[in-house]
Amino acid sequence: MTEAWKEKLRARAFTALTKKAAFGNDIDLSEFVTEGTRTATVTEEIQRRSLEVGVDISQRKAGTYLQLDHSVLLSQLASKVQGLELMPTDLALEKYDWLRDYYWKALSVEQDKYTAIAELKRTKGYFIRSAPHEKIERPVQSCLYIESEGVLQAPHNIVIAEEGSELNIVSGCTTGIKTKRAAHLGISEFYVKKGATLVFTMIHNWGEETYIRPRTGIIVEEGGTFISNYILIKPVRDIQSYPTAYLKGKNASAKFYTILYASKDSIVDLGNRILLMDEGTTGESVFKVVATGSAKVYNRGQIFGQNKGTKGHLECRGLMLCPTASITAIPELVAEHSETELSHEAAIGKLQEEQLNYLMARGIHPDQAIGVLVKGFLDPGLPGLPDSLQKEIRSRLSLMEKAPSGKKEPC
Amino acid sequence: MLLDVSGLRVSVDGKELLRSVDLAVGRKEVIAVMGHNASGKTTLALTLAGFPQYKVTAGRILFEGKDVTSLSIDERARLGIALAFQSPPTIRGIRLGHMISLAGGVNPWTPKPGDDLTLAEKMLEKVKLDPAKYASREVNVGFSGGERKRAELAQIFAMKAKLMILDEPDSGVDIDSLKIVGNSLREHFETHDCSIMIITHHRHILQYLRPTRIHILSEGRVVATGNYDELMPKIEELGYERLLTEMGKHD
Repeated sequence: MTEAWKEKLRARAFTALTKKAAFGNDIDLSEFVTEGTRTATVTEEIQRRSLEVGVDISQRKAGTYLQLDHSVLLSQLASKVQGLELMPTDLALEKYDWLRDYYWKALSVEQDKYTAIAELKRTKGYFIRSAPHEKIERPVQSCLYIESEGVLQAPHNIVIAEEGSELNIVSGCTTGIKTKRAAHLGISEFYVKKGATLVFTMIHNWGEETYIRPRTGIIVEEGGTFISNYILIKPVRDIQSYPTAYLKGKNASAKFYTILYASKDSIVDLGNRILLMDEGTTGESVFKVVATGSAKVYNRGQIFGQNKGTKGHLECRGLMLCPTASITAIPELVAEHSETELSHEAAIGKLQEEQLNYLMARGIHPDQAIGVLVKGFLDPGLPGLPDSLQKEIRSRLSLMEKAPSGKKEPC
Repeated sequence: MLLDVSGLRVSVDGKELLRSVDLAVGRKEVIAVMGHNASGKTTLALTLAGFPQYKVTAGRILFEGKDVTSLSIDERARLGIALAFQSPPTIRGIRLGHMISLAGGVNPWTPKPGDDLTLAEKMLEKVKLDPAKYASREVNVGFSGGERKRAELAQIFAMKAKLMILDEPDSGVDIDSLKIVGNSLREHFETHDCSIMIITHHRHILQYLRPTRIHILSEGRVVATGNYDELMPKIEELGYERLLTEMGKHD
């Protein structure tokens, strides 16, 4: 029998089933498949595609979660790892009654039709928790993988970094090489407790006909730090996401770094909202995007300065490789306290011919020179990332310089 | 002859900047091109390097007997023409060490077997830039004048160019850097099969390289040519204007 609290959530979800999202195109999800169980093993292709999004299944890291369509293939910790929990959210909700206090608490189930569908058609998701004062050195990795054609994957993830703990998560989302049409609604709730640090790195590598609508809420308590690194390099049909960070405790901070190579006819609508609620909280969002082909990119950003000594900064740097692409930066600064400092800067332009000529004067072929400059422009230098992952991201960017995506696409 | 330029006329945006330049550089030779500001020196350098905004309207450029007049910048560079820029751009996100490797034909991110992965380090050492400090710096970001010029040399040394065109490698450089620039150029020239065309305003850098000939450019033309020992003292004594007037080359 379904428990009452779940029924209440479902009832709320039903009320939002036709509610359009605040941003982005309205996607008809009625034809996508939300049921079915896979008993597949981890194939070589799954391993390879996972690796492309930074998830190395052959190494357990601190822990590994792998979800294929609607089924959990892996959910395990490495041996000797202490102070860390990793399990499918379903199991965690069964195991811990208290987890209901975190479920749909960082964002609302009736936010829009996507949150509603995600609750009604929920397909697993992971629960990760670092125990108080535990410093988990190796990253925890998760891979949300869509293999079957027409699948709608809707995992609900909950991450809790308990007081004084440190947690580093690498999450890769990808589709199988032959998967064309798919949809993904990932619900993620992050709770960063007093003095804790959570670094969350997400690498997306979707199929070209995949619709993505992640919904994310983050709550950071006193002295806590949340760092999000988001990387999207491959084309996608349509993605829209707008995580909100609530900085509820003194001196809490949230930083979002986005690296984006938008190509072909991708529609990419990304940004984040930061609420500087308590004294001395700080928020930063840095968005670096290269737009080529006929990609359409929107970078939204909103920072609310609501208390004394708060600081927020939005930054968008765009590089246009094709006149048929577009980048729209929409920064909003909302000062609701006289002692808040908010700033934004945005600069969008084309590749500098002077730089291109400079590289060519060193004997570098123009295609390679463009790739090198684009790579340099996007070069992460992301804070809070372990060296190994930093290196991996750099090497992935460097592939652009010889891969077709590194070449000037026909405009 | 390594480089043979004849009857070269060059325009930018319809304005003629070089008016029938004839000039040659032999193998293992250093020549200097001098002249007052806006005489066409940098135009000559950038035209020889193949910059597309410098339109060649007449004449031709032969390099090792091959007509390179219509080749692109990178094609000329790969043939062995290297330019050290007077004012190189800053490039954020690209490390100087990687740039030097790329100039030397080594892809630092996906090297091939046999690639010299210590190339950048060696080239930086040649110009006395500490590799531990400079290889990871972004190209020219926050560099002083002298650091920029030395970084330029490190790159063109890596290219193993047959002809190095040096556009004012001594401008904006302090005395210590000038010594390093001069000594490293002389050392490279003495140990490699290469030639140098150096553009400068000053005698100091030429003392390291002792060019066989000096060409003086004025208003887009080579108006005087002479050997170093003969012409340099006169330039120093009289300056370009009076020298050219006395030679009857100037109005």
